[in-house]
Amino acid sequence: MTLISGEEAPLSPSDLPEDGSAILSVRNITVGFGSKIILENLDLDVRAGEILGFVGGSGTGKSVLMRTILGLTPKRRGEIRVFGHDFADMDLKTRQMVERRWGVLFQQGALFSSLTVKQNIQVPMREHLDLPPKLMDELATLKLELVGLPQDAADKYPAELSGGMIKRASLARALALDPDLVFLDEPTSGLDPIGASAFDKLIANLSKTLGLTVYMVTHDLDSLHSICDRIAVLGDKRVLAIGTIEDMMVHNHPWIESYFRGERALRRN
Amino acid sequence: MAFLEKKTAPGCKVIEEDGLQRVVLSGDWVINTIAQGEAALAGLVLSKDLLTCIDVASVGTVDTSGAWVIHRWRGSLEFGGRRVQIQGLTNNRRSLFEELEHHHPPNYKPERQLFSLVGFLENTGRQMEDIWKDTLAILHILGSLGTVLTVVLQPRRLRGISVAVQFDRTCIGAVPIVALMSFLIGGIVSQQGGFYLRQFGAEIYVVDLAGVLVLRELGVILTAIMVAGRSGSAFTAEIGAMRMREEIDALHVIGLSVTETLILPRILALMLALPALTFISDIASLFGSGLVAWVYLDIPPQAFISLLHLAISVETLLVGLIKAPFMALIVGLISCVEGLKVSGSTDSLGYHTTMSVVKAIFLVIVVDGVFAIFFASIGI
Repeated sequence: MTLISGEEAPLSPSDLPEDGSAILSVRNITVGFGSKIILENLDLDVRAGEILGFVGGSGTGKSVLMRTILGLTPKRRGEIRVFGHDFADMDLKTRQMVERRWGVLFQQGALFSSLTVKQNIQVPMREHLDLPPKLMDELATLKLELVGLPQDAADKYPAELSGGMIKRASLARALALDPDLVFLDEPTSGLDPIGASAFDKLIANLSKTLGLTVYMVTHDLDSLHSICDRIAVLGDKRVLAIGTIEDMMVHNHPWIESYFRGERALRRN
Repeated sequence: MAFLEKKTAPGCKVIEEDGLQRVVLSGDWVINTIAQGEAALAGLVLSKDLLTCIDVASVGTVDTSGAWVIHRWRGSLEFGGRRVQIQGLTNNRRSLFEELEHHHPPNYKPERQLFSLVGFLENTGRQMEDIWKDTLAILHILGSLGTVLTVVLQPRRLRGISVAVQFDRTCIGAVPIVALMSFLIGGIVSQQGGFYLRQFGAEIYVVDLAGVLVLRELGVILTAIMVAGRSGSAFTAEIGAMRMREEIDALHVIGLSVTETLILPRILALMLALPALTFISDIASLFGSGLVAWVYLDIPPQAFISLLHLAISVETLLVGLIKAPFMALIVGLISCVEGLKVSGSTDSLGYHTTMSVVKAIFLVIVVDGVFAIFFASIGI
């Protein structure tokens, strides 16, 4: 008996188009608070299946851009298309469909503090789907193990977890519905280097096996070097540059130069 | 682009061919449709002697939940003594299945709580213990307040600004609502009393009724309840949120006393605020009852005031006012103790804020009863 081995095409877990087209595209976005403009005429494309690292100085609006894409911060102008649908004129049903297909890891974890870790992971399943409780329990512990948490963390409350465990538990919740697109806001900040590199491997591994598209805001040069397919740099209210790490190393914008070839960056070699 | 296209339901069928049974899976095995997939697999009838081969080559899309259900079903077949193989895996899918090989979920236990006598007794015992702990905690705070009262000798440590800010919030901010509420209550007492007393031609006694009732009891008790709801809950929420965000711990390690920095200014401000608010409330309710007496019972203001002179004395007013600082102390202590009891979750913040208001209002009424007994026994 021989195994019928399939062709080596990248796994498309659900509905990713094969041509690597944009799963998320942002056009001419302007965001501001009061008289202060944070982002102006910003364009960005995230290709299906890639891991995009997003960097930028503190206060340049990385989190604002992510929140705008997620629909949490209002935009002044522009168009955001997620999974090929325009966010502005989406009906409620499509919107719910989109929200089921993405997962978000907030910077502070944002786990519901009155629920255990297991219940936190089951929240999206309970609300969106009708699954037997036994299967939900099994899937919740499966996600826990996927993100590298021990099974006995399942019945703990977020207040009883360490910072690294909160990040992992929160990632498990983001992955609860097997999304196509995950947003990670500084996933490795506050983790020790070993934990951070394990987290990087985890994200790369999940992206490979589940075909995830990852939008990752990070300051961790190691993550940028080891797992990101492309890197986008935010500055001057727009995307300054986007490309591979090699492109960034030769870019001659002063901020990019000092970021990727500054003292800290060079010390890692 | 076909990002959000509809999923096809997962299906499975058994094909028997030379010496093996082939289970052909089709459709999308993703979390949206997985309940159907699980049911379909559970319904399959397989012979025990043949080699079983699960063919996933024609499956549309698989996510972790789909892979898990297939993997678990395969495990249960093997546990039943069959030989099983999975066919048609692409490399990515194989690594997904290999990931699942390491996963052994604990046995499923449905969450259910049965009522039992032991459980009931246990809960009662716990509540008794909680009451005891509460008492201890309140005495603890009271004691530590006593030790920091030496700040009176060093006015610099009294945190005058902090007391003033709290006084502004608890007293000045509460004046409009307390005045409005008391005005209405005074009016209602007058109207209700007048309605019944008029049947005996005794509507004049409305002045005695309103004057004594409002000054001795209603003014202070209603103000204390309003302050417990308004400022007590705010104290609990503030201190509780500070506790959740480790600000209380930060105070400790900086070497500041929580009692001195957070609790004393609040309780001092409250003890100053409540007598003032009570006085405002007394005036507002007398005004309300005088107005209703004029409009509804035809007692002109001059008559109302001279009857009031006969009915009450300064003592009546003082009996009410003297209770105010004690009630403020109770409300302040309870709300600070409850705030300090908040633990990490948002649930406990809500729980302790509720408990703070409930306990404070309850104890305000108990204290009022104790004062009533006291005043009766000394004959005031």
